[in-house]
Amino acid sequence: MTACLLAIVILAACSTQAAQPVPLKSGVEFASADVRSLQQDDFANPGMLWVTRGAKLWLEPAGSDGKACGTCHGDANRSMKGVASRYPRIDSVSTGLINLEGRIQQCRERRQHAPLMAYESDELLALTAYVASQSRGIPVNVEIDGFHRAHFERGRAMYYQRVGQMNLACTNCHDANWSKKLGAETVSQGHGNAYPIYRLEWQAAGSLQRRFRSCLSGVRAEMFPYGAAEYLDLELYLAWRGQGLAIETPGVRR
Amino acid sequence: MSLARIQVPPSAKRGEVIEVRIAIQHAMEAGFRYDNNGRTIPKNVINTLVARYNGTEVFRAELGSGISANPYLQFFMTAEASGDIEFSWVDDAGERGSERAAIVVVG
Repeated sequence: MTACLLAIVILAACSTQAAQPVPLKSGVEFASADVRSLQQDDFANPGMLWVTRGAKLWLEPAGSDGKACGTCHGDANRSMKGVASRYPRIDSVSTGLINLEGRIQQCRERRQHAPLMAYESDELLALTAYVASQSRGIPVNVEIDGFHRAHFERGRAMYYQRVGQMNLACTNCHDANWSKKLGAETVSQGHGNAYPIYRLEWQAAGSLQRRFRSCLSGVRAEMFPYGAAEYLDLELYLAWRGQGLAIETPGVRR
Repeated sequence: MSLARIQVPPSAKRGEVIEVRIAIQHAMEAGFRYDNNGRTIPKNVINTLVARYNGTEVFRAELGSGISANPYLQFFMTAEASGDIEFSWVDDAGERGSERAAIVVVG
């Protein structure tokens, strides 16, 4: 009987381990008032410079066929609405997991026949920010079934895996200690709903993978290269974990 | 590629004081950083920014290495006639940029 109860308690503990933080709070809620107002003011928000640049790139023909994003997709305000809330997702052709950056690259390769943009380049960040900003206010809603499942499980395992000289996993800060202070910073729940963000420390816009690299370097772990499968899996797990949070791109963080 | 955003009110009354805002995408390299090979990254900031309202200079700023990347400035001016406000700027590398916005004055 006691063993049975114990088993139930352990099972319950395991299931809560994979749950969303309660209550769900976007990273902006942990930011100071001035950072919050910077994000909310669509003109002062420096991330909007990338969005503006993305809007220009959207209409700029690229590649041998002279096609722009807008040639096929038309007005991004309509065609891209809600798209970012569904990524990362399985690409139906390659059956591999891709994020929004990957989707844009794929269009460049397969439809525009244009050279790929470097990961984390201003151009790719600008287009990603422009596309993602069309989904502002729409809740994150990713699939985790079917082909997604294996990626999701790997992402979850990575989230709970202690790494680096500091021997810390994502969960040690972003589940166990959110809202507490780490130096002058308030630890957030670690959601990806505002990416690409303008980070004041970077003095530039950056992707969620750049943020992962900052965290990995912070715990003194080896960083994966940009675009690594490990990051994509983790992006999927985080999107599911922040399921329901509204997209805020371009976010501003310290 | 030089990129800037300008914000002015959609329309203003003659004699009304309006707020003009500009944000420019620029790294504003302060000259105190080193690259991966240990070489100093040379200072390169937007050193001068001028705003002209229908050809007349209404605002001028001299920026230095203490200004953050992607500088954002705002100022107030009196709307007198419909026309253009044109910003032009130059950085230490000699690269010039400009951007304009239309001001509509009614009454």
